[in-house]
Amino acid sequence: MRTDQAEWLDASWAEQSGGPILEVRDLSVCYHTKRGDVLAVDDVSFDLARGEFLGIVGESGCGKSTLLFGIAQLLSPPAAITGGSVRFEGTNLVDLNDHQLASIRWKKLSLVMQSAMNALNPVKTISAQFTDAMRAHGVTSRQEIADRSAEVLRMVGIDPQHLRSYPHQLSGGMRQRSMIAMALLFTPDLVIMDEPTSALDVVAQRSLMIQIKELQQRLGFAVIFVTHDMSLVSHFSDRLMVMYAGQVAELGATRLVFDSPRHPYSSGLLDAFPSIRGPKVDLTGIPGSPPDLARPPSGCRFAPRCPVVVDACQEQPVELRHVGDVLVRCIRPEGNGVVRGD
Amino acid sequence: MTDAAPVLRTEGLTRHFQIGGGLKRKTLHAVDDVSLQIGEREIVALAGESGSGKSTIARLLARVYRPTAGEVYFQGRPLSGLRSRADMLSYRSDVPMVFQDPFSSINPVFRVSHGMLRSLKLHRPELSAAERLAEARRVFEIVGLTPAEETLNRFPHELSGGQRQRVGFAQALAMRPKLILADEPVSMLDVSIRIGLLNLMKKLRDEQGVSILYITHDIASARYVADRLIVMYAGQIAETGPVEDVLSSPRHPYTQLLLSAVPDPKADLSIDANTDRGEPPRVINPGPGCRFRWRCPLAITDCASITPPLLELSPDHDAACLVAQSGAEVKAF
Amino acid sequence: MAMIFEAAAAQTAGQLPGATEPGSGGNAGQAIGRMWKAIRSNGKALTGSVLLALFVLLALFPWAIAKDNPSAEIYKPTLGPSTAHLFGTTSYGQDIFAQAVWGTRETLIIAVVSGVLSTILSVIMGLAAGYLGGAWDSVLNFITDVLLVVPTFPLLIIIVAYLPKVGVPGLIAVLVITGYSYGARQLRAQTLSVRSRDYLEAARVRGERRFYVIMVEIIPSMTSLIVATFLGTAVYNVLAAAGLQFLGFGDPSSVSWGTMLYWAENNEALQTGQYLWAIVPGALIALLGAAFVLINYAFDEISNPALARVPITRTRQLNPILRRLGANRSG
Repeated sequence: MRTDQAEWLDASWAEQSGGPILEVRDLSVCYHTKRGDVLAVDDVSFDLARGEFLGIVGESGCGKSTLLFGIAQLLSPPAAITGGSVRFEGTNLVDLNDHQLASIRWKKLSLVMQSAMNALNPVKTISAQFTDAMRAHGVTSRQEIADRSAEVLRMVGIDPQHLRSYPHQLSGGMRQRSMIAMALLFTPDLVIMDEPTSALDVVAQRSLMIQIKELQQRLGFAVIFVTHDMSLVSHFSDRLMVMYAGQVAELGATRLVFDSPRHPYSSGLLDAFPSIRGPKVDLTGIPGSPPDLARPPSGCRFAPRCPVVVDACQEQPVELRHVGDVLVRCIRPEGNGVVRGD
Repeated sequence: MTDAAPVLRTEGLTRHFQIGGGLKRKTLHAVDDVSLQIGEREIVALAGESGSGKSTIARLLARVYRPTAGEVYFQGRPLSGLRSRADMLSYRSDVPMVFQDPFSSINPVFRVSHGMLRSLKLHRPELSAAERLAEARRVFEIVGLTPAEETLNRFPHELSGGQRQRVGFAQALAMRPKLILADEPVSMLDVSIRIGLLNLMKKLRDEQGVSILYITHDIASARYVADRLIVMYAGQIAETGPVEDVLSSPRHPYTQLLLSAVPDPKADLSIDANTDRGEPPRVINPGPGCRFRWRCPLAITDCASITPPLLELSPDHDAACLVAQSGAEVKAF
Repeated sequence: MAMIFEAAAAQTAGQLPGATEPGSGGNAGQAIGRMWKAIRSNGKALTGSVLLALFVLLALFPWAIAKDNPSAEIYKPTLGPSTAHLFGTTSYGQDIFAQAVWGTRETLIIAVVSGVLSTILSVIMGLAAGYLGGAWDSVLNFITDVLLVVPTFPLLIIIVAYLPKVGVPGLIAVLVITGYSYGARQLRAQTLSVRSRDYLEAARVRGERRFYVIMVEIIPSMTSLIVATFLGTAVYNVLAAAGLQFLGFGDPSSVSWGTMLYWAENNEALQTGQYLWAIVPGALIALLGAAFVLINYAFDEISNPALARVPITRTRQLNPILRRLGANRSG
């Protein structure tokens, strides 16, 4: 069974090499619960260029992990995609069935999950898990498997002798690196990462981020990196997407979003990090909590917690629109960092 | 730093665990020879990564573990002298603990008032049922859980993570403590919520006169909330002193490494070839010598044989590094 | 998950000392109301509950439904079904319908009493082993494991064969001792996983005694597992008891479904065309077992939301609710 060139993939896409590798349009994901339908991801759209590093930032419950699963077609009941499309290299993934998806998974699109201890099989050696992955995608030669396994481990800075180790014998940082190595087995075009560093200490975290960036620049794959810690991606991502309550709040070049955040939530989030250097200031954080998505507020979803809210904010849902080079979902976007929530 | 007697003081506190079985029995040195003190009305941050021993210290101070060696003195009296249940209860009400995980630190089966009322019953038996309720309401208001009456009647799953952590602080406060042991109280909360809890800790110190031992792996939050900072590595104290001093002129290479690794969006990223990978600390059968030497670019031969003592390098600022103690400039990371 | 806990919490909080202050528990009425709502909304639970309720009624008021004395051998033997004898009569002239109805009582007593006692023993052995750990765990667990490994039904037969004529109490005792081990193992495993939860450590740090922690903090959070253990044990015991009685252990002169089967077999009911004599008790045993199993499934579904069946929609076909949802979002 040939899995390299399946007829449902848009062969013509390969010719237009300038286009975005991923086009998400109006994607919506809904959870059916007893309390009602919860729209965890509401009309999210964005493009991802080849080799681009996109950081998706938001707090728990904002829908960022659900968005990732929606893109990778890994949602299971009670969650389901209820609208929109996910065009990967020209093909809409939402329309494909499992069999068709198998030819794309891992070869062109792979995933790195949050906790390696949960994703790695504790009773199998690293080499056995790599072998499993490769066999599942059509590689049968033992020599090829052994060579490639050693190669990817070296890529992430692990001595190939650890192929014989079990996950619990490796440190947390090494486990995460093995996860990344496994994701790179077939040199995919897109790697999706769901908070891969959250279980690591700050030193291991920085080291891993640098490694990811290096690999990305060397091998040219695009990255979607989901995290709740904005400062983590500040040096590594090309563009940054801030999510709130299932919607995109702000989307733009990383430096632009950091240096002059337009959405009050983005600036509130940036302000919530106490700094190591510079003068000590009293911070206030963002009081209150995110809305109940089973009953979302009628107007702007951030209004109840917003320091610059006006009456107009709560009348109508707010659209995403351009303010300079950045997309913002706010009718009072802050210009030039002037009206920061004090 | 006040010259008054410290609220809590440890001397050579040590805790080892035996791991492995049979012939391969090894000793894990979770905490080795830690001498620290916490004064009145101060927040002391105990910072370190996993494997540093900070959680073990919390549990030693909360008397969940007995020390392998060394002693803990609370208000001058050694803990090993506490024999009767009454003594223990009295200590537990003076030194309560707040836990890390808001999702598992409250029993989901009972209403939020359950733990609070039990604490009050155990530690302040002189109160009547009505007085206990009134006290519960009072502490809920202090920690910002209003309306108190309504929140007391809720179940834990109806509260957010931040609210649950406030409940933890309220329970501690209800016992009229001298020192609260806060074991990573904000690590599992969303970033925008953390500040609220950190501000609450400052308020408890200022208005309620409570000292807090704030255990964390996040140096930035330690800077925000603490008066003094203790940096731990591999079960030992690496550096200690007033928080601004330690962070502006760190003397121990490990402190410098930690500082350099904290992501700072406003600074440029400096990547050099020797970026430390984050090796786990070696605490199993470690032997003498500095435990950081394998990762330290400034290690000298003595570092392998002499365990550096914690010595004062400038007023109130101690570090356990032979190179720093020799007077040389330490610029490791 | 919430409903079970609320119900369990409200019930237990209302009965335990020190937790009766206002604000720390609901009242029993509210809890029962919530459980009733949960049962009503789930088809399996409803069916199982209705069945069980019917059997309970039969056990409590058999005289209201079957007018005849089940043991009296006063009718013409081996009659087929008729309006006078709904299921016909036995070879001895007893009314089968009366036997079936009156037999419910003994079978249900065996099921419930052995289930409850077995569950209590499982809780004590499992929880203590899991929570206390160390030497306690080793000893208690060893006993449980030994009983677990031995095949239960043959063991039952051997024990009962050597004991003098045992009636229902003897049967129950034997069922409890041989049957508690499965539940104990599960409860121990659950205790071990719950043991590391922070709220238990928090209870110890605030000064609670270990006994209190086990009784008040751990047990309520395992209510659904305990209920499931009870239901599973009850099912097994119904079948085991019937099986033993069918083999002739137990008191053949008593009236129960198992003894009906025994006498039916002795008189070669199936071969002689008296089908109902064998089928009726068999079917009733199956129905009672099914009732317990259905309730057990339902408890699982109620307490574990992941098992609940949910309508799946594909993008091609939005279900009506979501189409409306889409319409309400303007822009």
